[in-house]
Amino acid sequence: MISLTINGQPHSIDVEPDTPLLWAIRENVGLTGTKYGCGVAQCGSCTVHIDGAAIRSCAMPVSAAAGKNITTIEGLAENGVLHRVQKAWLDHEVPQCGYCQSGMIMAVAALLKEKPKPTDADINDTITNICRCGTFHQVRAAIHAAATA
Amino acid sequence: MTARGIDRRTFLVSVGAAGGALALGFDVRPGAQAARAAGDAPEITAWIVIHPDDTVIIRVARSEMGQGTLTALPMLVAEELECDWSKVRAEFPRPDENLRRNRVWGDFSTGGSRSIRNSQEPLRRAGATAREMLIAAAAMQWGVAASECRAANSIITHVPSGRTITFGQVAEAAAKMPLPKRVTLKDAKDWRLIGKPTRRLDVTDKVMGKPIYGIDVRVPGMLHAALAQCPVFKGTLKSVDDSQITGMSGVHKVVRLKDAVAVVADNWWQAKKALDALVIDWNTGDSGQVSSDSVRQFLLGGLTADKAGVGRAHGNLSEGFASAVTRVNADYFVPFLAHATLEPQNCTAHVTGDRAEIWAPTQNGEAALATAAHVLGIPPQNVIMHKTMLGGGFGRRGVTQDFVPPAVLIAKEVGRPVKVVWSREEDTGHDYYRPVAMARMSAGLDATGMPSAWHVRMTGNSIWSTLMPMTVRGGVDRQFQEGFLADMPYDIPNYLADYAIRNTHVPVGFWRCVNHTQNCFFKESFVDEMAHAAGIDPLEYRRRMIGKHHNAAKFLGVLNTAAERAGWTTPLPPQIHRGIALNEAYNTFVAAVAEVSVDTHGAVRMHRIVVALDPGTVVNPLTAEMQTESAVVFGLTAALYGEITIKDGRVEQSNFNDYRMLRMAEMPRVETVLMPSGGFFGGCGEPPVAVVAPALCNAIFAATGKRIRSLPLKNHDLRKA
Ligand code: FES
Ligand code: FES
Repeated sequence: MISLTINGQPHSIDVEPDTPLLWAIRENVGLTGTKYGCGVAQCGSCTVHIDGAAIRSCAMPVSAAAGKNITTIEGLAENGVLHRVQKAWLDHEVPQCGYCQSGMIMAVAALLKEKPKPTDADINDTITNICRCGTFHQVRAAIHAAATA
Repeated sequence: MTARGIDRRTFLVSVGAAGGALALGFDVRPGAQAARAAGDAPEITAWIVIHPDDTVIIRVARSEMGQGTLTALPMLVAEELECDWSKVRAEFPRPDENLRRNRVWGDFSTGGSRSIRNSQEPLRRAGATAREMLIAAAAMQWGVAASECRAANSIITHVPSGRTITFGQVAEAAAKMPLPKRVTLKDAKDWRLIGKPTRRLDVTDKVMGKPIYGIDVRVPGMLHAALAQCPVFKGTLKSVDDSQITGMSGVHKVVRLKDAVAVVADNWWQAKKALDALVIDWNTGDSGQVSSDSVRQFLLGGLTADKAGVGRAHGNLSEGFASAVTRVNADYFVPFLAHATLEPQNCTAHVTGDRAEIWAPTQNGEAALATAAHVLGIPPQNVIMHKTMLGGGFGRRGVTQDFVPPAVLIAKEVGRPVKVVWSREEDTGHDYYRPVAMARMSAGLDATGMPSAWHVRMTGNSIWSTLMPMTVRGGVDRQFQEGFLADMPYDIPNYLADYAIRNTHVPVGFWRCVNHTQNCFFKESFVDEMAHAAGIDPLEYRRRMIGKHHNAAKFLGVLNTAAERAGWTTPLPPQIHRGIALNEAYNTFVAAVAEVSVDTHGAVRMHRIVVALDPGTVVNPLTAEMQTESAVVFGLTAALYGEITIKDGRVEQSNFNDYRMLRMAEMPRVETVLMPSGGFFGGCGEPPVAVVAPALCNAIFAATGKRIRSLPLKNHDLRKA
């Protein structure tokens, strides 16, 4: 049994400790907003926050996340109020198919916490998530908008 | 039967990685009076349900994979329905309901940029029909003539008296009204919604991680499966040694299929770990010898073959060459490409006796249903099919429903619901790839530098002849030659476009913008070569060659607009160079001008691309613009990095580390100019993909003097010599 705190809720789950956190979140806890895209830390679809920092959950064993505060896309809005990144995402109509967007939004939310006014270069360096639908312009515009919101 | 050899009730579906397709069909009478759905929803027509609170539910038969159909198609209905757009919600009807109701929603297939093109009229009619029924119901209630009533914004007004009633209040009665015999559709100039930038209906859910994609499906009692298909296409399973996995926790079963092995477990990770621990032996046959080199040699034979299917020919080629003063010759090559939808292929199935229920992210829900029925040998009526949201499609999930057979076969053997998710590696290695292709170009230029003759010889893997040989009559696969046929804009007095089919063992399929993705690169790069040989500006050269084509005005329209917007004649900063390209695909005319630099290390960067497109009519400019950017990314990714290579009969690439994708830092500025000229509906999701590579490579030539005749660019040394 491994104890996880996800979006403020305690969960006790029965998985092998080497299971990637991604699969524990998706299948054992049942939060499917966090996506599988590559499994090898390439695409960022699986990005969640661990103690506020963005990590690619496909590359972290669930055992390493025990006892930490995990936030997924489902827990980003607080008391029903969308996070400012989500709001900017709505305003800029960022998603196309939407599959990469949970990971994008989580990566961006963590970036803004660290760098409240990121430059284009900061964005290029940090937001390396793959979007096969090519929403990069909207992503960039929405990041700048969220930074000034 | 249509020219393609398939009619409305028949689907061409590919059901396995071994390649080859089947035509599966349903015995239904399309267009017959459809039964209304049971239940208490006030369904005005099959397309429209209106609740007492005025909520309007509009059903969308086509799939949503990011291209915005879930919004654009309801807009077409709402335009005629005259409902309050803020009250509209979209919903996917189930493919099995479609069958039960005599295909009242028509065709579910979503590809070829067809969603708007093919459904716009029936959808507008559906909206007008429901509006007339609502008005008739109100008029009856008031005892007035329907002709005295008008509908706007979900309110019906009796004009002479000023009385009003909402759609929701008459929906129940309207549902019982007879279908009007005839409806008139609005004139395009009276449209209020079509052509207006409209927010997507599904965005709020998408920023909260709420939509359910196929991979997210959860069914009570469900198990998870990981799949290994024979890495060599057309190979089969020889043996499996599962002694290593006995006792592994969570593992339920090893399922052996004809050409695949699956492990079923409590969760996917357990299944995957156990799968990796199996010792699997495959029968690979001769296919195990194939390599990218052998494919290339095989195609080279096609370039010189005596026999080739003629797609378009006019004039007299040898006379044209005889009168030429300059000859331009070049060979071009493009590789196989994978679709790499960000959501890997997957399917969930539950099979009980002679019944099945399946869930899949598919571009054709009916084909998925037909495939399940066929593979299980059960009647189509016994299959329930749930279409989910798609994490990208790009043609991967349309004709090819190969994710369905393993799922239903595994579920049948296990007797419980099973979700089969392909690993990224499995997805990369088992696609229906964009075909490999070569072109041999020979042109003769006259004394003015203009072409007097042009022979386009193509060769490569034909999609239609592998999926459905009967559709390729006399060795002519017209789709493989698209762009070089009647849709080729240039006036060439003596012209021949022919194609020698060379099919490999690698399965091929429809990849966003299909054969235009090869042919536009060949055509527009070579036109650039001709222009340079003639010493004429490439834009001017194209203009001079466009005149007689029946769509000349549209071609020139987008060409000139792209050039003007890009400031073709204005000076650029040092290091930056321009390239131009022109094409027509799926009824949409597209021109692009790319601004590109190549640094001293040979690194290519596209800084800006102007894309002008004329799709006739734009339903939602917002999504059309985003689809254009999306198409640029798709085309640019392929041009820079895209390459699937073959070794020992199998794909060498496995994941995004060796099948690289464009990222934020490489994104060029995209300026989209939508210039709908009216009177027709062209596709938007695909056409711009094709012009990106030639515009880019023509700019690289301007920058370096190096002519790029093969892709991807990562294989070229672009450092200054
Ligand atoms: S799934 Fe984790 S980075 Fe791609
Ligand atoms: S929106 Fe489709 S992958 Fe990003």
